[in-house]
Amino acid sequence: RFRAKIVDPSCLNHFSRVINTIAKLAKTCTLRLTDSKLYFILSDKVANGGVSMWCELCQGNFFDEFQMEGVAAEHNEIYLEVVPENLSRALKTAQSAKAVKIKLTNRHCPCLRISVELPSLSSSSRIVTHDIPVGVIPRRLWNDFREPSVPDFDVSIYLPVLKTMKSVVERMKNLSNSIVIEANLSGEMNLKIETDLVSVTTHFKDLGNPPWASEDGCQSSAQGRDTESMAEARIDIKKLQQLLAGQQVNPTKALCNIVSKRIVHFILLHEDVSLQYFIPALA
Amino acid sequence: LSRIGDELYLEPTESGLSLRTVNSSRSAFASFLFAPLFFQRYEAGGSQPDGEHFRCKVLMKSFLGVFRSLPSLEKTVGKCLILLKPQASRLVVQLHCKYGVTKTHNLAFQECERLQAVFDTQRCASSLCAPARVLAEAVVHFPPTLAEVTLEAGPGGRISLRNYMEDEAERSKTMVTELCLAEDEFQTVAMAPGSRITFCLKEFRGLLSFAEASNLPLTIHYDVPGRPVVFSLDDAVLEVHLVLATLSDMESNLQPPKANGLSHLPAPSDDFTDDLESYMIAMESSAYEEGSGVPPSPTFPLRTPCAAESDPEEEEEEEEEGAVPGTPPHKKFRSLFFGSVLSPGGPGLAPTQEVLAEDSDGDY
Repeated sequence: RFRAKIVDPSCLNHFSRVINTIAKLAKTCTLRLTDSKLYFILSDKVANGGVSMWCELCQGNFFDEFQMEGVAAEHNEIYLEVVPENLSRALKTAQSAKAVKIKLTNRHCPCLRISVELPSLSSSSRIVTHDIPVGVIPRRLWNDFREPSVPDFDVSIYLPVLKTMKSVVERMKNLSNSIVIEANLSGEMNLKIETDLVSVTTHFKDLGNPPWASEDGCQSSAQGRDTESMAEARIDIKKLQQLLAGQQVNPTKALCNIVSKRIVHFILLHEDVSLQYFIPALA
Repeated sequence: LSRIGDELYLEPTESGLSLRTVNSSRSAFASFLFAPLFFQRYEAGGSQPDGEHFRCKVLMKSFLGVFRSLPSLEKTVGKCLILLKPQASRLVVQLHCKYGVTKTHNLAFQECERLQAVFDTQRCASSLCAPARVLAEAVVHFPPTLAEVTLEAGPGGRISLRNYMEDEAERSKTMVTELCLAEDEFQTVAMAPGSRITFCLKEFRGLLSFAEASNLPLTIHYDVPGRPVVFSLDDAVLEVHLVLATLSDMESNLQPPKANGLSHLPAPSDDFTDDLESYMIAMESSAYEEGSGVPPSPTFPLRTPCAAESDPEEEEEEEEEGAVPGTPPHKKFRSLFFGSVLSPGGPGLAPTQEVLAEDSDGDY
């Protein structure tokens, strides 16, 4: 069972923007509900091109009411397969709502029912309900959706201003299908494309490198590394562009971890939402 | 009018100039009647030997081309003269603009029979009237690509609009949106209890934006499913009618029985009878034969195009049902207009996969 309610317009707006971002990144994804958090998860199946996503929200920051009951007490979680675009569309016209309620129902099939109470000139409010079909994921498959661990990266670096990065990548997208991200521990990052006709590189400096405490005391690949040496990965430019284009608000912190020639792990942190996005390197 | 048909019929009468059009499948008809007072000068012209005024039709695109850019027209055009010259076979539209510039457009026309949908609002069992703004605000919640919508008189004086799905299979994949309006949002309501009709949203949206822009209340007359629904706008110098065919009862029977209609309204009291517990338990314990045990996921819905398809470019199959556009089959028009165009399930219409969510370039 699940039911929740948003009453505050700015919470609603904020939640809608998160959903819009997710909708831009995945056509279908997994929504995991616990009693304190919501997660939007995309696991790295071949169908996604190896991309995976982990987005975490604290329900208390958005919902005025939030009640959920999982399958059993010791597994108090719900996993649903959803099409975020449907959620996005349902919330799009709800911005002036007095209240938005979300409930998990099972009339003809499992659905997330979004009820929007809208102000009207008449005595009673207008009610719009959207029934979004969802797939309920059985417990035995929950292991597919575990939180990905931070990879053993070679370089971790803060991203440049996302708006700038986005416009650079957008222009590069017209010229090439893949882009090389390289960065070092001196706060320098380059975005490079190379085709038969042209190669373009954009250089960013003074970005800063986030300090990572090593969890168990052992050396990570990053430590002891020459600070000038670049770690690089060549990734699908469209996936990067999608990630950047989907951002609707400037994050509080934005960084990426590069495992040379393997994967780039992006972390975008907002006050109450964290988004991790993994783009594997192209062969 | 251009959202409905490709040809503009001009029919001058003593009571004004009527502009009309019909869509290729003959399931949507619209007419705008401008009273003589609307014009600075109006001459219907001499009667023909058969007692009627000269009528013609022109290509919608050609006519629209004259009035291409509204903002610049408003700034530069002082007067517009429309002249029908039967002998010269030309419809002349002359724009008298600033600085002594006159733009004259000569449009070729075809003679035609009278285009008239047969409808009688007096014989419609139900009607309702609302400010255009209310209806526009209602329709905004539906996706722009949605084809058909069902209007229903629900219990407790609630009037609902719901997107229509053709079959049960779609129901488990498509998002269903329902909007409930209270009776008092309408200026008049005379709906037969439990009545419902399903019509194409696309043409209605066109009329709605016109109504909103002119700030006129919109009246809806309808009868039983299958009989056309009439949308009207009225003011001192303009009378507008949009007549749309509706899905007949056979399709309507696929809708959930009326008793369940009650449960669509959010009940104030909590009731958990529809919760997922039993469903989850069943899922946990059942053994799936196929490899993947996950229930069918909500993939992109497969949608067949609106039965009252009005876009002739998209569906070649539609041509089989309606008469060939361009010829004057208006005697056939009358008989075709009701019911036969919208046979159940739209035979001959190959289901096309219409993606409702935007296609991202990714590989998802």
